[in-house]
Amino acid sequence: MMDYNTVCFLLFGVLFIGFLLLEGFDYGAGMLLPYLGETDAERRAIIRTMAPVWEGNEVWLIAAGAFLFAGFPGAYATLFSGMYLALLLILAPLILRGVAFEFRDKDERREWRNFWDWALFAGSVIPAVLWGVAVGNLLEGLPIDARMQYAGTFWDLLSLYTVASGVLFALLFLLHGATYLTLKLGGEISARTRRLGMALTRLALPAALVFAVLTHVVAGLKFVTGVALLSAVLAISAVNLGLKGRHYLRSFVFSGLAVAAVSGAVFAELFPRIIVSSLSPEWSLTIYNSASNRLTLKIMSITMAVVFPAILAFEGWKYYVFRDRISPAGIEFEPLGTALANGIQELRGRIKQACCLADAMSCVIRALRGNDGRVINRLKHRHKVLLLGKGTKKTEPDE
Amino acid sequence: MDNTALLLARIQFGVTLTYHFLFVALTLGLSVMIAMMETVYVRTGERLYKAMARFWGKLFLINYAVAIVTGLVNEFQFGMNWAEYSRFVGSVFGPPLAFEALTAFFVESVAIGIWVYGWDRVSRRAHLAAIWLVALAANYSAFWILAANSFMQHPTGFAFRNGRLELADLGALINNPYLAYQYSHTVLSGLATAGFFIMAVSAYYLLRREYPDIFRRSFDVGLRWALVATVLVVGTGHFYNQYIARVQPMKMAASEALWETAAPAPFVVFALIDEDTRKNSYQLALPAGLSMLAFNAVNTQVRGMNDLEREFAVRFGPGDYVPPVTLLFWSFRGMVAIGLWLFVLAALCAWYWHKNELEAHPPLLKAILWSLPLPYAAVTAGWMMTEAGRQPWLVYGLLLTERGVSKVVPAASVWTSLLIYTGIYAGVALAALYIARRIIRAGPGGEL
Repeated sequence: MMDYNTVCFLLFGVLFIGFLLLEGFDYGAGMLLPYLGETDAERRAIIRTMAPVWEGNEVWLIAAGAFLFAGFPGAYATLFSGMYLALLLILAPLILRGVAFEFRDKDERREWRNFWDWALFAGSVIPAVLWGVAVGNLLEGLPIDARMQYAGTFWDLLSLYTVASGVLFALLFLLHGATYLTLKLGGEISARTRRLGMALTRLALPAALVFAVLTHVVAGLKFVTGVALLSAVLAISAVNLGLKGRHYLRSFVFSGLAVAAVSGAVFAELFPRIIVSSLSPEWSLTIYNSASNRLTLKIMSITMAVVFPAILAFEGWKYYVFRDRISPAGIEFEPLGTALANGIQELRGRIKQACCLADAMSCVIRALRGNDGRVINRLKHRHKVLLLGKGTKKTEPDE
Repeated sequence: MDNTALLLARIQFGVTLTYHFLFVALTLGLSVMIAMMETVYVRTGERLYKAMARFWGKLFLINYAVAIVTGLVNEFQFGMNWAEYSRFVGSVFGPPLAFEALTAFFVESVAIGIWVYGWDRVSRRAHLAAIWLVALAANYSAFWILAANSFMQHPTGFAFRNGRLELADLGALINNPYLAYQYSHTVLSGLATAGFFIMAVSAYYLLRREYPDIFRRSFDVGLRWALVATVLVVGTGHFYNQYIARVQPMKMAASEALWETAAPAPFVVFALIDEDTRKNSYQLALPAGLSMLAFNAVNTQVRGMNDLEREFAVRFGPGDYVPPVTLLFWSFRGMVAIGLWLFVLAALCAWYWHKNELEAHPPLLKAILWSLPLPYAAVTAGWMMTEAGRQPWLVYGLLLTERGVSKVVPAASVWTSLLIYTGIYAGVALAALYIARRIIRAGPGGEL
């Protein structure tokens, strides 16, 4: 029987891996934006693939952070105060990135759009690398002293292993973004993205192997971790095959699996620790010495059990709603489409009026032929309303 | 640990949260109003209401985007700058934050995407449901974040164990009376802000006599809400303050610049405060006013800061327990004055609106337009009063602010982050204002 500490650690893992998995592809797409998007329409198409969903993706990070705070406040405090500058470097570009989605298209000037495109790029590449560095640090160990405090500097966060981890995560996100864009974009740009995706698998594969070897050296691979890293390697190969065979959905799923497998490997290797102390194993923060009290853990577990399926269903529905491919040509012609739709609406109104007029005229003609003075009473009630206004009394036409 | 880091961390907290709330206040109310506009559209099929919902929706989204990204910073900030605080209260303070994220934010972030990009992808009803979900989730998330804040103001539902606070009773945390006052006051101030925002932008168009259909109706919506909400904001503020008089007497005494205990206590309208010598060098006061306001009875004794300070020293040991008096005194007066002024404005507008003569009075419309910064100033003053008034406590009576700050973060790091955040926030604010201006200038023409 698992205790609540373990359950909460698992749930935190689910939220954080969910964040990397979902936000991973929009970090990737953001990194590819200046490279892939050659015209403004292409860039807008790329952004449009993420725009309806990125907030739903980022909220996983907010949830994971809050969950860590509630479940393991000790780890939350040590980690966030210890990695102060690294987190600052993640957050600052994320602010610009978030508003870029909303601000970019509000002005047509090229400098304005370029600025926000680069904000999107920076807001994707910097966090992507730094999350990788952070995850690597958890495993390699931080200089944590006996009072659970971080006793190093910003530069201590960088080592061969953590940089390798940063590079690997950036590559995985790039790959994940490329498969997402291949799946979501229409037209010629999709073919370009596909070729790029295949090229990226050839970089990600050796990076994953290097990471696996380094993990073994640094932390001594557990069996589960080894299996997870192996499946990451297999998933990356599957992405390549999927793209080659034009199975886009399948390759997207596999690039997601690769991200999940690598991050899952880190969590499996960590368990039951959350932060490893590089100074002394006893000073590591574990799911016990950094946890909240039992009541809080219990409440958090129950809340997640109730809420989580609903979240998944709701988000899944949203992805279903926005399942269409987006093509730059479509984006370019969008104002035309809106104008046409408005035109049609207008035309319909005019036709209605014309019909009404025709009806009135035919009534007049009939009345004149029938030599009846009360022409107006022969009109249909709704047409009388349309011609004369709402105060018109309803009278039966006297035939 | 040196005091520079503490001071900088406090400044950073104040800057980032105030900035965040300026944008949140509008979204709390505006989302509800847009949802109502769209409801009318769906029920009657009148395209004018769709155009209204879309026009205000654009301005809403600019705000919303800024509110979201700055909220992210706030959540991380507890761990970065206030690590010892996080350790001490995480078990009680963390769950409300997690509930906020897991329930409100998830719903909101999914629904907002549906609303913005789903106009012709989902049915009209589903689309309407999306904006209602956004509006309800926004106001529901405020509940949890204020539950967390109320705990800092007036702790309930905890037990002191293992050298920290642990959650003992979730029900007591939610049923905190402080939360009821704070929540109603905050949400209503959001509605008032949004009401005046709509009125001000509509007034701009009514003055220019452009798009009269849309902006007369919008003005009507904004006016109704603004009128009701300002009355209720002033009302809830009064009862909130009476409650504070009982549970945080120091905060109230400071906001009234009352140094010595008095029975009956006067209401000080204006004062020159000398915080060093602990007295007012000049004051203009209404006799017995404060006793009446705070306790509904003329002769009630109201305790002054000097007395309370002695009592705190006995209970918690020697120290300085007086919050920044001048700041509180003027924040409180500013907030009350703005509240009353906005009420008068709304009432005048309602009167002329009723007589159908509003557009014949351009000065009134101009007054509305120029008063737009005031609700923002009032909510800022309100938070100053709430948060600075809690000092020197981080958790009232349980944890001093200076004990909650991170131990391992050097002042240089806090300097760096403070400069980066204020720089980026200023840039984002300018960009947001620029875009809002463009949207307003362009008008709702394209939507019609």
